[in-house]
Amino acid sequence: MADMVGFDLATPTSLIASEEAGMVVVPGSEGDFGVLPGHSPILTTVRPGVIEIHNDGAVTGRFFVSSGFAEANQEGCTVLVDEAVPVADIDRSAAEERVNAARTALQGADEGQRAAAETELANAEAMLAATQSQPTH
Amino acid sequence: MANLKELKTRISSVTSTQKITSAMKMVAASRLRRAQEAAEAGRPYAERMERMMGAILDGASETVGGPKLLSGTGSDQVHMIVAVTSDRGLCGGFNSSITREVRLRIAALEREGKTVKLLCVGRKARDQLRSLHGDKMLDTFEGIGRTVVTLEDAQRVTAKVLELLDAEEFDVCTIVYNRFVSAMTQIVTPQQIIPVTLDRAESDEAEDGAHAQTSGPSAVYEYEPDEAEILEALLPKNLEVQIFRALLESNASEHGARMSAMDNATRNAGDMIDDLTLTYNRTRQALITRELIEIISGAEAL
Repeated sequence: MADMVGFDLATPTSLIASEEAGMVVVPGSEGDFGVLPGHSPILTTVRPGVIEIHNDGAVTGRFFVSSGFAEANQEGCTVLVDEAVPVADIDRSAAEERVNAARTALQGADEGQRAAAETELANAEAMLAATQSQPTH
Repeated sequence: MANLKELKTRISSVTSTQKITSAMKMVAASRLRRAQEAAEAGRPYAERMERMMGAILDGASETVGGPKLLSGTGSDQVHMIVAVTSDRGLCGGFNSSITREVRLRIAALEREGKTVKLLCVGRKARDQLRSLHGDKMLDTFEGIGRTVVTLEDAQRVTAKVLELLDAEEFDVCTIVYNRFVSAMTQIVTPQQIIPVTLDRAESDEAEDGAHAQTSGPSAVYEYEPDEAEILEALLPKNLEVQIFRALLESNASEHGARMSAMDNATRNAGDMIDDLTLTYNRTRQALITRELIEIISGAEAL
């Protein structure tokens, strides 16, 4: 379809979403960007945040994603991340616990674990933020 | 002829062995299904990752000389082989075919005057290679895929490989694993993972030809933040995905191999029970006949 953009969201363990959408907004590491049909080819890293699927001017799907990669070209948009969950499925209290656990882990982390602990905290915070944020229009 | 009691004990021992092997077969069958599902679930990510790698390497300018993962250390003197096996045995030729391949590779490389190092995944690789190549072993991973292979398992192995690469312990890294074809067939597959080889990606793209054409090299990508930084993030991820895939394939192969091995064992035990039962009955009848003859001839003598 010419006026739709193909959207794939995959993690190493599963294909989370594969659908057609009007527009996809991806949280790139250099800022959010929207992918419309016929987007010029781009390859970018993704920061932890929320992917929004727009259809007919309304947000029809929201996914929390951790860091990863996104590719957009004429065919559509492919997002590869370590972790992806529909925002509606996130348990708020579990996300809060995860943030706390990540904070504790970061405090106790030595030099070698620091980077991993920081990533985990960023992911956890983004996940919690995803439950609080409202869809943008 | 063997006496009756002995035969009876043997029959009952073979019967209980048969029970065990058939139970193991069932367990392997259900694990195989799970492992296959896991392997299939991981495929979309791996395929897309490969396409992305292909796109970035096609368009990569020569100025990106940097990352060791991509271009290697510039020499190929020290080879590291990652041998992927299982922790447990009783799965037919699954483990020995890997160790045989590894032994052959080591011999071939040493003939060329290269140094070889080994990284074992699964206890069996270590056990079977220790006597000859114990001095080459850097590390062994155990407990991978006890239930299912998780991404964390792959990350553990990847972290070790990257650590060794940073320490310049090796120049070229090859992973040897069993690729799953069916429960009957597993193919030993050596795959070079460092430096990255592109012909794999190309052949994969050729398979789904239509796809490759539309996203062909004509598309020039824009990179954000920039090429080097993306490569720096993408390469370790790609390594992780490839190792993850090898572990998943190997896990499915293991259960497949065990399933067929146990199926054979169960059948063999059945044949053996039939043979033993026949012998048992013959012996029993011979015994009765002999007793009858003794009684009759005793009576006649009177």
